[in-house]
Amino acid sequence: MNIVVCVKYVPDSTADRHFEEDYTVDRVGVDGLLSELDEYAVEQALQLKEKREGEEVTVTALCVGPEKAVDAARKALQMGVDKAVHVVDDAIAGSDYAATSLVLAKAVEKISADNGATDLVVCGMASTDASGSVIPAMLAERLGLPQVTLASVIESQGDQVRIKRDNEGSTEVIGATMPLVLSVTDQSGEARYPSFKGIMAAKKKPLETLSLADIGVEADQVGLSVAWTQVEDTTARPPRTAGEIVKDEDGSGATALTEFLASKKFI
Amino acid sequence: MSEVLVVIDHADGEVKKPTYELLTIARRLGEPSAVFFGASAQGDAVAEKVKAYGAEKVYVVDDAELKGYLVAPKAEALQQLVEKSSPAAVLIPSTFEGKEIGARLAIKIGSGLITDAVDVQEGPVTTQSVFAGNYTVTAKVTQGTPIITVKPNSAAPEESAGAGAVEAFAPTISDAAKTAQIIASQPRKSTGRPELTEAAIVVSGGRGTGGNFEPIEAFADSLGAAVGASRAAVDSGWMPHAFQVGQTGKTVSPQLYVANGISGAIQHRAGMQTSKTIVAVNKDEEAPIFELVDFGVVGDLHTVLPAATEKVTQRKG
Ligand SMILES: Cc1cc2nc3c(=O)[nH]c(=O)nc-3n(C[C@H](O)[C@H](O)[C@H](O)COP(=O)(O)OP(=O)(O)OC[C@H]3O[C@@H](n4cnc5c(N)ncnc54)[C@H](O)[C@@H]3O)c2cc1C
Ligand SMILES: Nc1ncnc2c1ncn2[C@@H]1O[C@H](COP(=O)(O)O)[C@@H](O)[C@H]1O
Repeated sequence: MNIVVCVKYVPDSTADRHFEEDYTVDRVGVDGLLSELDEYAVEQALQLKEKREGEEVTVTALCVGPEKAVDAARKALQMGVDKAVHVVDDAIAGSDYAATSLVLAKAVEKISADNGATDLVVCGMASTDASGSVIPAMLAERLGLPQVTLASVIESQGDQVRIKRDNEGSTEVIGATMPLVLSVTDQSGEARYPSFKGIMAAKKKPLETLSLADIGVEADQVGLSVAWTQVEDTTARPPRTAGEIVKDEDGSGATALTEFLASKKFI
Repeated sequence: MSEVLVVIDHADGEVKKPTYELLTIARRLGEPSAVFFGASAQGDAVAEKVKAYGAEKVYVVDDAELKGYLVAPKAEALQQLVEKSSPAAVLIPSTFEGKEIGARLAIKIGSGLITDAVDVQEGPVTTQSVFAGNYTVTAKVTQGTPIITVKPNSAAPEESAGAGAVEAFAPTISDAAKTAQIIASQPRKSTGRPELTEAAIVVSGGRGTGGNFEPIEAFADSLGAAVGASRAAVDSGWMPHAFQVGQTGKTVSPQLYVANGISGAIQHRAGMQTSKTIVAVNKDEEAPIFELVDFGVVGDLHTVLPAATEKVTQRKG
């Protein structure tokens, strides 16, 4: 069985994230890392492998992003995936969802051509920078596969996958037959930390760098200039004006709070 | 004027408030045509509701054959409706399901997709709130039919009489779209409180509740508010995940957000930072949540909230 897990390199959400002059996200000037939400995807891919004892399972991490994004692929290797593929090309910069999903889909096809058919593509529930939660569905559409998204519990047997998930107003069980695209939430269980052994082993694992040409995508199919959406402007939210803060002493806090709410007509 | 397709957000024929917001927005862009995925028998009743908010047409897509599957059949149906009506835009509620429908549709028809808009004006030009609410971005679709998913509370619903002409639409759904099956679905029990994402007031509790949400719930009820929780409270098993506010929970943008025993981590802020008025009760005066507040009480929520609940109830008396 072949599993591809999509991992994104994102600017640290606790750092000062901002935009470049062309309104693209600054992915170089801000410290980046493997998106925390994709760690859950890596974890579930590894657990799927571990549960299939006696079966040959290869987990390949796939990352599309600038030079530095290779760190995300490395982290996945340290956590335990078998191989990693990093697609990097200047032309990709500024790609929107549509172009990113194209590159990911073509890369999955290339991995399938090299390693054998991909049975499962595992994604995080959202990237922590764009937080669109749309790439898994776009990828499924491009690859002509079912999508089974936002899983909190994943079970698989043979080529069947069953997940549990929280939907807007209900809890659901969803089932589908592989090959398929799966996305997992942060409710699926803590992701493992790379062990010392894992970090050492990662250095010897295959990490392949691919260009657009390698995966059969033309430079003019991707990037900022051909994006299907265009940012017109970005504005930093003005800092909130400092509010009034009171210390509660013998019930004074509740009184002040109630008065504040009344003055704002919430009562 | 061109049609603007608006996907109706409903629960078993019960139209939800975001639908009226979308219809209000759609009128800025063209003539709203509401799209109802549901039971044909409910079509007329739904049309009555949406025509009051300007729906000129109501496409009724009977979902008897679609509802057992995830989003792919709905995306196919919308593709066919787009081909038939050449709309100026497609507006979809920004739920996870709505975003995934939009995603598949965008690839199918080669059109740009904008997710999580908090405002849409003529153009259409969208406004989004990004990086945990620290930035506002305006954008537009430059290729194809703009597909925009819109968050709740993005417009004040305004009534306006539309024709509400019902048109049954029977899409052709491929077998390939019927592959991700809903095997079981258990509706969540209603709390009787307002829906978290639609509520005007949200009262949330975090680790500081120590697992006792009674003061939170009582205060929420005195204000007619929805109840929310931080991930720490959800991970501890104190509240179901459906109540989580933040990056991996719900994004809320109410008139008033009251954070109790919540420190204010960036991932929590991501779900509440755009609230109009923010209030916090926290016993640590250094808690980062106080950087955001309009009003804050440094104190123990277990004493402050019950006292405040009593005062609010008295005033309302
Ligand atoms: C990928 C990722 C996604 C995440 N997504 C989310 C998300 O969607 N939502 C979310 O909330 N978090 C999310 N988190 C977690 C987030 O980083 C914080 O860990 C979490 O928000 C902390 O919850 P808390 O504020 O309740 O707990 P804490 O940070 O432990 O804060 C508890 C607060 O309660 C106060 N307190 C204690 N006792 C009392 C008392 N008696 N009275 C008053 N105050 C008291 C303390 O002073 C403290 O400030 C995410 C994290 C990651 C890595
Ligand atoms: N550039 C990328 N490289 C690898 N995986 C990605 C990339 N962008 C998105 N993904 C995957 O798609 C998921 C959802 O992303 P998004 O739709 O941007 O929220 C992420 O959690 C990743 O698993």
